[in-house]
Amino acid sequence: MVDAFFRVLALTRKELLQIFKDPRSRYSLLIPPILQCLIYGYVATYDLNDVPYAVLDQDHSAASQKFLAALDGSGVFRRVANLNRSVDVKTTINERRALLVVQIQPDFERRLLSGRQADVQVIADGRNSNTAGTAMGYIGEIVESFNASWRKEQGEPNPPIRLTTRAWYNPNLETRWHMIPALIGTLTFIQTLLLTGLSVAREREQGTFDQLLVTPFRPVEIMAGKALPAIFVGIVQATMVLLVAQLWFRIPFAGSFITLYAGLIVFLLAAVGMGLLLSSVAATMQQAMLFSFLLMMPFALLSGLTTPVSSMPMALQYATLINPLRYAIDMAHRVYLEGVGLDLLFPQLWPLAIIAFVTLSGASWMFRHRLT
Amino acid sequence: MMQVSAAQERLLRAKLHRTGCLIRKETRQIVRDPSSIAIGIVLPVILILLFGYGLSLDVTEVPVAVVVEDPSPAATELAASFRLSHYFDAQMTTSMTLAQERMLSRKVDGIVRIRPDFSRLLNLGNAEVQVLVHGVDANYARIIQGYARSAVGQWAARRAAEGFTLATGPVVVQSRMWFNEANESRYFLVPGLIVLIMTLIGALLTALVMAREWERGTIEALFVTPVRTDEILLGKTIPYFILGVIGLVLCLLAAKFLFYVPFRGSLTVLIAASMLYLLVALGIGLLISSAFKSQFVAIQITVLVTFLPAVMLSGFLFDLQSMPVLVRVITYVLPARYYVALLQTIFLAGDIWAVILPNMAVLAAMAATLLVLSYRATRKSLA
Repeated sequence: MVDAFFRVLALTRKELLQIFKDPRSRYSLLIPPILQCLIYGYVATYDLNDVPYAVLDQDHSAASQKFLAALDGSGVFRRVANLNRSVDVKTTINERRALLVVQIQPDFERRLLSGRQADVQVIADGRNSNTAGTAMGYIGEIVESFNASWRKEQGEPNPPIRLTTRAWYNPNLETRWHMIPALIGTLTFIQTLLLTGLSVAREREQGTFDQLLVTPFRPVEIMAGKALPAIFVGIVQATMVLLVAQLWFRIPFAGSFITLYAGLIVFLLAAVGMGLLLSSVAATMQQAMLFSFLLMMPFALLSGLTTPVSSMPMALQYATLINPLRYAIDMAHRVYLEGVGLDLLFPQLWPLAIIAFVTLSGASWMFRHRLT
Repeated sequence: MMQVSAAQERLLRAKLHRTGCLIRKETRQIVRDPSSIAIGIVLPVILILLFGYGLSLDVTEVPVAVVVEDPSPAATELAASFRLSHYFDAQMTTSMTLAQERMLSRKVDGIVRIRPDFSRLLNLGNAEVQVLVHGVDANYARIIQGYARSAVGQWAARRAAEGFTLATGPVVVQSRMWFNEANESRYFLVPGLIVLIMTLIGALLTALVMAREWERGTIEALFVTPVRTDEILLGKTIPYFILGVIGLVLCLLAAKFLFYVPFRGSLTVLIAASMLYLLVALGIGLLISSAFKSQFVAIQITVLVTFLPAVMLSGFLFDLQSMPVLVRVITYVLPARYYVALLQTIFLAGDIWAVILPNMAVLAAMAATLLVLSYRATRKSLA
């Protein structure tokens, strides 16, 4: 037993040396995760802060000026053109000079002053309908506050009902708060999968795997020697993402670090198990890499990272049940933002434990049977 | 005179023969290696199905708890407008504690609360509807808030029509979304997918294959044969170019016959744009592999400079205009940006030359530069 422990330790040491000795592989494990974290943090957001728009003001009245001032003063909308003819609307949108065109009818002020309803046309470039929809939503909010202040000035009563909204766990609804904790799972998943997948495939490709087999190592020990370094690297990377989240983006951490790391270890076992299983199928490094890529893409897409799992069709929602990343992202959100303890993480932990158990025992079976 | 041209012809024929042999060797390698087929054909098909059927930014039937603490007709009517909306899967309750428990266990994603004094305050002109959302997925939460606003707005409009004094407006927005009237996220996800697949095959697969030749030293073995640098490059790239074209055709067929994405431009322009982008991607793949000469590093770098930007920094999902200035500057050197603009325009808007020509010009310039650079890089390492 003690011998086995020392053998695993020796193999772990050799693996870690192999990973960190080569400066290129050292940097490629450390720099890309931090870079990705920063890029995702700044870029991966559906919030808009600069929307170029054009105006076709057919009224040219004090009221229309005031309305446009409300748009210009919002800090989000930037007027790039004042159009004079309605035919210009088409070219402005077609040639992507503006995302929106706001069209004000000639009787805008007259209708407002006489207490009637005045329409404002908003035409959006729907080539990216998500962006266009978000921009329209912003316009709606600005119009609402314009209406309120107009009524106030005219001495009209406010509508008797108002909507107040509040968001749990993410008061300003920042996409970043959703994205960065999710990266704790996503980035470590990608790296551990690649690392374990490659380390066995490399030995096999270079013929050193056969040499390992004639040593006193048992297959389980070889597996442990391959798994431990990858888990270690995964923990280091998760910590780096966590540091970026806390020190750079300053996203408040609601839970306990012990809970987070305990959950991470279960998740990493599942990820490493997948990597090992994959490497036992792959004959060369190239195959290992391509197969892990083939696995990673659907896992990342079906994890809830970019689109909510609940919006997927039922069949795919079932498919996400075997996706370790889905549980890892859930777990990271729940601990990081909601602050739940280990007892409430149970729904995420047991599927991960089952995935880890199945993949690890599958991999060790494959190890033994590919050897003979 | 005749003899010279005959000699030239012989040389050319030999050249073509050598290139042809290399192409055949590379093609066999692709066909026989299950992993290349996996990336070249299987992954595109999986991605097409996932993007077309699985991913959706369109949210319907959001599970919400509607807490009605006021039994008055006005409150019941308001609650009904949530129940009848197909955007919500409303679960009626009278207990706020129960609703909060359901939200904590994520059985619902939002709570609409109509307080006990709702109808009294409504008569005083000061009623309030509270909407609580689970904010972890911020984008989703915003959508729920928007739906709630419109459900309340519809109720208010109905009451106004029934003669209750309930002023809406005075300014009312009439909005129209051009090119995608029904607001289907599939319409921009599927064209964006083509960018991902072209990047995957063009850059990733090529980088990996060339890096392997460098890593194993087999490229040096190629150098001592009579084949020349340009022939090696052609022999390596043509099979992957063809694989890329197959991926493109698969995507186009799926877009048209599976997902019914409108196609308003011309096929010729689309194919021309795709060829240019594929050349750019191949050039990047060749350059990275000859610069790093290791499969592991090559795949890391390729994912970092081609694949991730194609998802994140291309305008495919996230709006370029809203990115920080520094990031926006970076996007200008990324080819995916131009290809996404081209695809979105050709698919949804039509042949708008003011958009197509500048973007094509940039891609053409990039392709030329990259191919010359990768030619140099391959030749230089020979010495």
